[in-house]
Order: sequence, then structure tokens, then C-alpha cells
Amino acid sequence: MFEHYLNIFINTVFIENIALSLFLGMCTFLAISKKIDAAFGLGIAVIVVCAITVPLNNLIYNYVLREGALTWAGLPNTNLEFVELISYIGVIAAAVQILEMFLDRYIPALYNALGVFLPLITVNCAILGASLFMVEKDLMFTESIAYGLGAGFGWAMAIVILAGIREKLKYSDIPEGLKGLGMTFIIVGLMSFGFMSFGGISL
Amino acid sequence: MALKQYKEVLINPLVKENPITLQILGICSALAVTSNLNVTLIMCVALTSVVSLSNLFISIIRNYIPSSVRIIVQMTIIATLVILVDELLKAYDYETSKKLSVFVGLIITNCIVMGRAEAFAMKEKPFVSFLDGLGNGIGYSIILIGVAFIRELFGAGSLFGIPIFGEWYPTNNLLLLPPSSFIIIGLFIWLIRGYNNDQIEEDEFDLSKHSVTPNLEKRELNV
Repeated sequence: MFEHYLNIFINTVFIENIALSLFLGMCTFLAISKKIDAAFGLGIAVIVVCAITVPLNNLIYNYVLREGALTWAGLPNTNLEFVELISYIGVIAAAVQILEMFLDRYIPALYNALGVFLPLITVNCAILGASLFMVEKDLMFTESIAYGLGAGFGWAMAIVILAGIREKLKYSDIPEGLKGLGMTFIIVGLMSFGFMSFGGISL
Repeated sequence: MALKQYKEVLINPLVKENPITLQILGICSALAVTSNLNVTLIMCVALTSVVSLSNLFISIIRNYIPSSVRIIVQMTIIATLVILVDELLKAYDYETSKKLSVFVGLIITNCIVMGRAEAFAMKEKPFVSFLDGLGNGIGYSIILIGVAFIRELFGAGSLFGIPIFGEWYPTNNLLLLPPSSFIIIGLFIWLIRGYNNDQIEEDEFDLSKHSVTPNLEKRELNV
């Protein structure tokens, strides 16, 4: 049983890496990867938010939105799937806000370390994307916990690797026009090709 | 005066302040949907209509939005528009909507939409905001269509699914894989910055020239 969840986790981290195979959360991925410290902080924040919001959205999908999900409330024929997007984004915005207040009150050290990245996460497509893929894969509640953790972890790992490469890149001699953003794009492309080699593994 | 401003707002984001290559906004969808021109065009139309309409509506009510809850208000407007686009697509072009899968939904968190709403529509009048959204949407579309053109033509040897190169052209699978669009966008950035030299990023520090120390002795080289 445990093995099944471990498989989902490994699959999400390596084979379907949310940043390098599904290309989600790219804007922040490219913008905030100049320094390892910042990348690490943002990575931790994404892991936490992903691990909370994916299972929450799973509950909402299975008990409120899905066709026939409202049977417990005496409404067996209702299908609320068209408000899917707006309710997920609401859950994510609320979760981020609550997490921010909680960290501020109880774990100020982590709160200060994350700083401005927490509110930014609301508009990170990796989080919403993870929830949407969770629905597409039709996961159970417990599976969605493993999926959420894996999605966040995979993204965090990718951004830390990219930040490491970019820190080394400072010392290399790059053509004028490619400096900065252009080179970063090409490196992410190569990293992504690298991650495709995990594609042959079946768990 | 007014006409000139309208023109500037509409033209500037096309190449000079392109959302993808300069502002680093809205990259996620640029990669996953560009292997086929048909799908790309639909995505471009969807995004352009969402960003221009959301700019318009947010700008209309900009004076009534309390700044503490503005993100939620913007999100609600954007999400409503995206749901409309999603439902329309499902109703009239189900095949493409299946191919785009979650990427239509992800327009909500596409930073172009949020970024323009926050940076432009909250300050400016409705019509100018609408044009700004239109310009940014088209700027995004130019890059996407460019990438999709290269990928489909040289990858599969066809355009819009119609074979161009014929039998002799072997399909280039490398270009059909999503990561290749990163490299193509990187080269586009190089091209644009080749013309607009002011966009070139400065080094964080100056490299000193490789200096040749005159009397380098073995002792200093540590060998």
C-alpha cells in the first residue's frame, strides 16, 4: 500500500516533473532563479502550499463539484464542474492567506525567510496546474496528498538546480544578446531534455 | 495627442516591450501548446480576448475596488472570463479543447493577464486599457505563432496539418518535443536584442581581462 503512494510521489517528482516536463510555474521559475537562497525559499513555499491545496481541492471536487457529488445533500443530479476553476483559485488564495497569517504568528523565522514569495504563489500556475492535473488523473484523497507533495517537491528541486547553474553561469562568456534571459531559456530547454530521459521509466 | 497615445499603447508590446521576451510573463502556456499551429492559434485568440476584456472590465470598476481585496476582485473577473472561453471552446470545438487540456484553465494564472491588470488597468481609462490588453495579447501571439511555425514546419514538415515538404522530408522529432520551444524562444530573444541593444542585460560585475602575468614562476603556479 505504501509502495503505491511512493510510486505516485516518485512519478510526480521525476517523470512528470511539474516544471520541466509540464512547464508550469515558468514565470517565477525564470524570474526568481538568480540566487540559490531565494530559489530555495520559494521552493519550500511551493511545497507547503501544494501539499495543502491539492488535497483540499480534491475534497472539494469529490464532495461538491463533481457530477452526482452532492448526493449527500439530496441533489443527485447537480453538476457544478463549470465553477471548478474559480473555486480552486479561491481555495488557493485563501490557503495562501491563512498560511501567511499562521506563519507570521507561530513560525516567524520561516515567515521572514519566505517574505514576498508567499503572496506571489497565488498566481503561480504550478499550484493551480497541480490541482487541475489531480482532477484529470482522477485521484483519491490519500493519493492526492502524495501527488501534491510530489508536485511541490519536483518544482522546488528544479528551481534549485537552475539557480545553481545560473550562479555558475556568471563566470562564463556569453554573447551580448543572449545574456540573462536568453541563456536561461536555452539552459532550461537543455535541462528539460535531460528530464525527458526519465520518461522511459515505468513504475 | 490621444491618438498617438493609443497607437503607442497598442504597438509597443508587439516587439519592443514584448510580454514574453522582455517582461517574462505568460511563458508556461507558450511551451506546451506550440507543436501545432491550429492549437496555437486557438490558444492565442483565447488569451488575447481574455486579457483585453479583463483589462477593460477591471479598468471600468477600478475606482470602486478597495486596494486590500483587489487581487481577489481581479481574480474573480479573470476567472469568469476564462470559464466563458472554456465553455465556448467545449461547445464549438471539442477536439481542440481536449488537446489544450488544462492550459485554457491556466490562463487564469497566466501572468500576462494578472500583470497587465495590476500594472495598467488599475490606473488607466477603459479604452486605453482595452488597447493595452489587445497589444499584449497580440505580442504574445506573435511569439507563439513564430515558435509554432518553426516547430511544425521543420518538425513535422507541415503547416496547419497540411504537408508542405512532401515525402522526402524526414520528421524531426527533436523539434516536436516541448523542450525545443525553450531553445527557439531563447534564440528569438537573441534576435530581438540584436536589434534593440538597450535590452541587453548588464553583467552584475565586470570581468577583468585575462591578464598575463609577466614573470610567472613555477612557484606561483604551484606545480
